[in-house]
Parts: sequence; structure tokens; C-alpha cells
Amino acid sequence: MRHRRACAFRFSGGGYRMMQEARRRVAIGFLTAPAYVWLTVTVLLPLSAMLFFSFLTVAPIGGREAQFTPEHYLTFVDKEFYRTLTWRSLRLGFDVTLACVLIGYPAALALAKYVRGRWREAIFLLIVLPFWSNALVRTFSWTMVLREGGFLDRAIHWFSPDAPPFSMLFTYPAIVLGLVHSFLPYVILTCYISLEAIDDSLLEAARSLGANALQMFLRVMLPLSLPGLFAGVILTFIPVIGSFMEPRILGGRAGIMLGTVIEDQFTTVFNWPRGAALSFIMLGIVLLIFAASAPLLRGRLKGL
Amino acid sequence: MRGFGIWAIRFYLALLLLFLYLPIVVMVLLAFNQSPLYELPIVWDTVWFQSLVHNDRLIRAGLNSVGLALANTLIATVLGTMTAIAFARYSFRGKALLELMLFPPITIPWLIIGTSMLIFFFWIGIGRGLHAMLLGHVALSMPYVIMVVGARLKGHGSALEEAAATLGASPWQAFWRVSLPVMAPGVVAASLFAFAVSFDQFVISYFLAPPGVSTLPVEIYAAIRKGFTPEINAISTIIILFSMGLMLLFARLYRFGGER
Repeated sequence: MRHRRACAFRFSGGGYRMMQEARRRVAIGFLTAPAYVWLTVTVLLPLSAMLFFSFLTVAPIGGREAQFTPEHYLTFVDKEFYRTLTWRSLRLGFDVTLACVLIGYPAALALAKYVRGRWREAIFLLIVLPFWSNALVRTFSWTMVLREGGFLDRAIHWFSPDAPPFSMLFTYPAIVLGLVHSFLPYVILTCYISLEAIDDSLLEAARSLGANALQMFLRVMLPLSLPGLFAGVILTFIPVIGSFMEPRILGGRAGIMLGTVIEDQFTTVFNWPRGAALSFIMLGIVLLIFAASAPLLRGRLKGL
Repeated sequence: MRGFGIWAIRFYLALLLLFLYLPIVVMVLLAFNQSPLYELPIVWDTVWFQSLVHNDRLIRAGLNSVGLALANTLIATVLGTMTAIAFARYSFRGKALLELMLFPPITIPWLIIGTSMLIFFFWIGIGRGLHAMLLGHVALSMPYVIMVVGARLKGHGSALEEAAATLGASPWQAFWRVSLPVMAPGVVAASLFAFAVSFDQFVISYFLAPPGVSTLPVEIYAAIRKGFTPEINAISTIIILFSMGLMLLFARLYRFGGER
């Protein structure tokens, strides 16, 4: 429509079209400039500044002289401590993601294909509701369950009064439990969306061609829901390797991860350049994961 | 067999909901327990909610949280809606770059975003404080606003605006009388979401909080690490009920996928 109007005015010379074009530019500039500036100040420049800091001997704040040095990256390679840490964080990401998939995928499948109507809507909302609430409060709430004298302890002693005191707080499983609780709704959500989109007629076609339930799942449902599953896996794994609050609260001393060490560099040790280098290494890992999964995701989506 | 399968599914989903809600319910119940040492059985009392009224630290943190979330909602909704309109109605150079810059706040760990903001803001003199947190919160919530409003705009093409233009409306009139009413449900949903993102945000606030200035999540984190009282349960109960209420409202306004 806009185009046709522009054509009608073509004979009155290029003036109208130039004005239209200028107007369009002003509109685009007006609409997007604030977002541009805002994100430059809060995302682009901070990440650049962090890269710069990670190569300095000290933070150049308060008149201190800083020299360039690759030492923070070299220590990472040299010291086994940091490699162990990185490995622990990756391991945590792996464990949590696996548990989320094993528990969440069947739930999404059940919800998408075997529960109907109002019940489906209600249960779905109940599952995603806690996910949108405060992560810190949810993590805190687990300490009420897991600590000595907490809910689980009481429940065990209610059944068998002679049992020894029970506490799971400040252990590795406690961290995994808390993080699974946090990210499970995410995995269910992404799996559910792609499972729900599968046309029922495809399943009927498979059934009429003689597929049994297992074949139908393995040859039709699973392949078609892989994009959602991958999305859930990536969206869980990445935040988990960057987590520090959950390991700190639920893991105590057992919860030392790359994330908690980075937190320490900025809040208690005040070695910002080292913290920046560790943050950047974490960012590198995250980008590697994205790069590795991009073709996988894209190929899958094209296959649809 | 069929009946058994259905019952197995129901049982599984019930177990799942139990897992998701058990800790929250336990925490809320203990907020109403009289004992400061969390002793059972529960003796019903609202003493911890009453003592919140006299806890100046938590009240100040609460006011900071609400003020910050309101300012964030206003800015993120306006900027995000403007950007969503530009994305939906125009194709332009730099669009891909802007889309790329919206990516980090929602995909890379907040720990990285938060520490990088701390470094940069401190370095160039913006410093820490509520203003710095506001900068960060808007960056985090704007991508969500753009997604929610964008989904609404995608559902309603530009045909109505063009019709308005043909009938002689100026672009400004077309925006106020046609585009905005069409977008309104999406914008309202997005603003609720922006409020919740800011109100619940912990990581960014934590790194950008100078001593003496905090928000509720930052204050709660400090309390948990120092050794907490049921007062923390009480304030947590208020927070979680409040943000769940917000999200229920959001879900009513904006169906997942945005088809309505």
C-alpha cells in the first residue's frame, strides 16, 4: 500500500520519495537509538572492559599503576586448582541437566499427549509458576527441608524415632537437588512446547502403519521433539555452570565452584583482574557450547 | 492396562508437583511458627510478620526493590516497545547488531554480566548504587519486553495502520488511535514481566550494591549467610506470593506463544 502511494507520486519528482525515506530513517533512529545506547553501556562496553581488565596486574582504580600481563590466564593453565574447579562446574552442569531431562521429559510427554483440557492447562501453569518466582527464595526454602532438624529430618524420625540425625545440607547432592528444582520447569516448558506441536495425525499414521507404542515414540515423537529438548538442555546447562548462589547456600564448603570463586574475587578477595580472567574463561566455555550446539539445533529445525 | 497407565501418569505428575512445591510450602509454614529456632510442632503465630514492621533494614531494602522495579518497568517497557515496533515494521541496517546485543543478557550467566558491569561502572565513574542497578535491570528486562510485544505485533500485521494512513491519519494519529490499542495487551503483559524480572533480580543487584544500599534479595542473601531467623521466612513468603501473583496475572494476559 505504502509502495503504491509512493509510485503515484513518482511523477512529481524524487522529492516526495526522498522525504519519505528521510522520514523512515528518522523514525527508525528515534525508535532504536535508546536501546542501542543502553545496551552499549550495559553489555558491549562492560564485556570489553572486562576483557581489558583480565590482562592487567591490578585494577587501575584509585590511581594505581597497572601493567599488562597474561599471568591470570597462565595461572589458570598452570594451577591444577582452577582446572579442577572448571571440571567441577561442568560436572555440576552435566548432573543437573541430566536429572532435569530424565525427570522433565516424561512429564512433558505425559502432559502434552495424555492429559487433556482444563487439567492440562492447570498442571502446566502449576509447573511453570514456581519457575517465575524468586530463585534465591526457592534456594533458601530448600535449607528448611534439608538441614538437621529440618522437614526431612523430622519426617524420618516420625517414621523411625531411633534413626540418627539426618542432614543433607552442605553436600553436593543438595546443590544438585536445589538446581534441579530451579531448572526443571524450564526443561518441561521447552519439551512440552515441541511435543505439543506434533500433529496427532502423524501418530495415527504411524499406528495404522503398524508401529507399536515404543516404535512410535522412538521414530516419531522423540525425533520431532529434539529441538525443544536441546533448547532445554542448553538453557539449563549454561546458567548452572555460572551459578554461585545455589552452591554457596546449599553446598557450603562442598560447594566451591568456578562461580563461587569468581564471586569471591569481586566481593572478598578484591582481585578484579583475576576475577575478570576467570569470568572470561567461563564466557569462552559458554560460547563454545553455543557454537557446538548451533548446527545441531539448526539442522534439527530445518529437518522439521 | 490402559487404566493403569493413566493412573501411573497421574501419580507421576502429582509427585512432580509435590517436589516443586514442598520446599516452598515448608518455608511458608515455618514463617508462621512461633519458635525462633524452627522447632516443631508448629505453634501458629504471626510474630515474625509483625517484627518485619520494625526491621528498618528490610523495610528500606523493600522500598528500594519496589522503587527500582517501578522505574525499571517504565523505562524497559517504553524502550522495549519502541524497539519491538522498529523490528516488526522496518528492516534496516544495524538490525542484526541490535538483535545480537539483546542476546547476552538472557543467555550468558548473570554472574558474567554482573561482574562486567561492576568493573565498567566502577572504572568510568558511574559507580555502584540504585542508579547502576537500574541500568543493569533495564538491560535484562528489555529483551523480554521486545519478545512479548513483538509476538503481539507479529500476530497483527501492519494492515490496520496502513488503512488508517489511507484514510488520512497522520503517523502520530495512527500510532495513538490504532497501533497502541492493538498492542496494549502485549504491552501490559510485558510491563508486568519487566516488573517481576527486576523485583526478583539478585545477581546483578548483588554486584552493584554498595555497602548500606540493598534490595530485598541482596538483604536476604546476606541474612542467609550470617544465620537467619524466621523473619527471613516471613519476608520470603511475602515475596514469593507476590511474584507468583504477578505471574498468574501475566499468564492471563499473555498466553504462552502469544496466540491471543
